[in-house]
Amino acid sequence: MSITVENLSYVYLPDTPMQKQALFDVSVHIDDKEFVGIIGHTGSGKSTLIQHFNGLVKPTSGRVLVDGVDLTQKGVNLRAIRRKVGMVFQYPEHQLFGETVFEDVAFGPKNSGVPDAALEDRVREGLAMVDLDLDVLRERSPFELSGGQKRRVAIAGVLAMKPAILILDEPTAGLDPRGRDEILSQVQSLYQAWDLTVILVTHSMEDIARMAKRLIVMDHGRIALDGTPQDVFSNADKLRSMGLGVPQVTTLIHELHRRGLVQRRDIFTLDEAESEITRVLELKRHGNA
Amino acid sequence: MAMLRNITIGQYVPGDSWIHRLDPRTKILATMALIALLFLVQSFPGYGFAALYVLAAVYVSKLPPRYVIRGLRPLLVIIILTLTLHIFMTDGRVLWQWGFISITWEGLVRGAMMGTRLVLLVLGTSILTLTTSPIHLTDGIESLLKPGKPIGIPAHELAMMMTIALRFIPTLLEETEKIMKAQMARGADFESGNLLQRAKNLIPLLVPLFISAFRRADDLAVAMEARGYRGGEGRTKFRELQFAVRDGACLAGVTVFTVVVSVLF
Ligand SMILES: Nc1ncnc2c1ncn2[C@@H]1O[C@H](COP(=O)(O)OP(=O)(O)OP(=O)(O)O)[C@@H](O)[C@H]1O
Ligand SMILES: [Mg+2]
Repeated sequence: MSITVENLSYVYLPDTPMQKQALFDVSVHIDDKEFVGIIGHTGSGKSTLIQHFNGLVKPTSGRVLVDGVDLTQKGVNLRAIRRKVGMVFQYPEHQLFGETVFEDVAFGPKNSGVPDAALEDRVREGLAMVDLDLDVLRERSPFELSGGQKRRVAIAGVLAMKPAILILDEPTAGLDPRGRDEILSQVQSLYQAWDLTVILVTHSMEDIARMAKRLIVMDHGRIALDGTPQDVFSNADKLRSMGLGVPQVTTLIHELHRRGLVQRRDIFTLDEAESEITRVLELKRHGNA
Repeated sequence: MAMLRNITIGQYVPGDSWIHRLDPRTKILATMALIALLFLVQSFPGYGFAALYVLAAVYVSKLPPRYVIRGLRPLLVIIILTLTLHIFMTDGRVLWQWGFISITWEGLVRGAMMGTRLVLLVLGTSILTLTTSPIHLTDGIESLLKPGKPIGIPAHELAMMMTIALRFIPTLLEETEKIMKAQMARGADFESGNLLQRAKNLIPLLVPLFISAFRRADDLAVAMEARGYRGGEGRTKFRELQFAVRDGACLAGVTVFTVVVSVLF
């Protein structure tokens, strides 16, 4: 499933003193099975943009097409679209309401017409994708779980709908580093296991650089940069002017590259940088010996 | 959903007009004068003067008139209801009759008066809230209620409760919108079905909303205690309310206007 956005503008609270234009003439195409990262400073319009992708927000002007269906047309079946475009909101645990974990996770699939007999499997599968076990949690109240577990149950509630496109709005906000890595690696394995299109919104360059094949950088309601992490990070100055940074490792590698010490520039993680630098050092030592 | 954000009552619009800079007590008293005026005058010229008063206030406040008028929207039903009740239910000279339904001249007059009274009441009070930040408003109310302390009016507590309530209205609206969106993304439907069905569909919205309200209340209580809050006793203020010359001028003008208009009309 693909998403196409054409000349999208959006204004919050039009015709009031609090009027605020959040998006300016944004056009973008996201292909089937892409893994796209959306980054940008706070208030740059990331959340507003993605909420157009399943019709939660209606464009002030412009069009949004999901799999060729124009969401701005009258009479579009938005519920059918929302079944296919799963969206995990910022702090998704704030949406939990069920008396039991089962009830909560089953809410989405139930609404999208999954028969009762198949619900069990859906819930089990959704929970399994975030490393939770239905048999342990089934009758537990979601409110007595730990913060990290709550978040995962909430994400499972979206996964249980088996969307074709998964959109996550800062899924790691407020988690400790370990919780963050767990969620991100679960998203990564989901992407591979389910053949999904994934759109991940984040503040963190470090997180996104190693996962996404494509980065879209938003700035003041416009798309400022769009390309591979490599392309995007080569605009370090522009990124800094937008209040964003380049991963520190990448800055280091770029500097080493500039001095002719390493060949590669497309390194975004500490592990990769370590092995590249060790490799170069090894080569040097052998060369000198 | 967008509707939630259209609620302008209690919404403060920052600005720097003459009215914005008035002492909140002056504005509260002036609003009370308007209310008194609206209940004292009994004739159309009287309402005309009251309308003039409100229009002048809107003009001086530099608020977009359309935005002020929008504040009437949530009350439209009540206004129309009042109007119809008066038009059809008053005895008097019959102008038009169809079966047992009749419109009388007196009904028309009273309906129009009541409608005008309500509209002016809402517009007048919304100018107060639109030009006064919630903090100033409650400071003003506290200061005006203070003389009632000896007879057991808990001025400070009332003001604090009001500040908190006002402070959290936008937050809760925002929260409602967010949770609604999150549940709609999971296929929830808040718009169709019969009454019972709709009420049931609200559970996924109300449960998280209550939980978040309690969480916020708890956080706020802890934060207040941590900063040493222990009620109004001996508490000093960072912003002392201070009457200025313009407040005196405004109050004098308003008093004279109200007295003259309500005596004459
Ligand atoms: N419900 C709303 N009503 C009014 N204005 C809003 C609303 N939501 C967002 N805005 C405004 O629109 C702009 C874009 O907001 P948006 O939430 O899309 O940014 P964001 O990039 O997701 O930011 P963050 O990283 O903080 O989540 C901001 O200036 C914000 O103040
Ligand atoms: Mg956001």
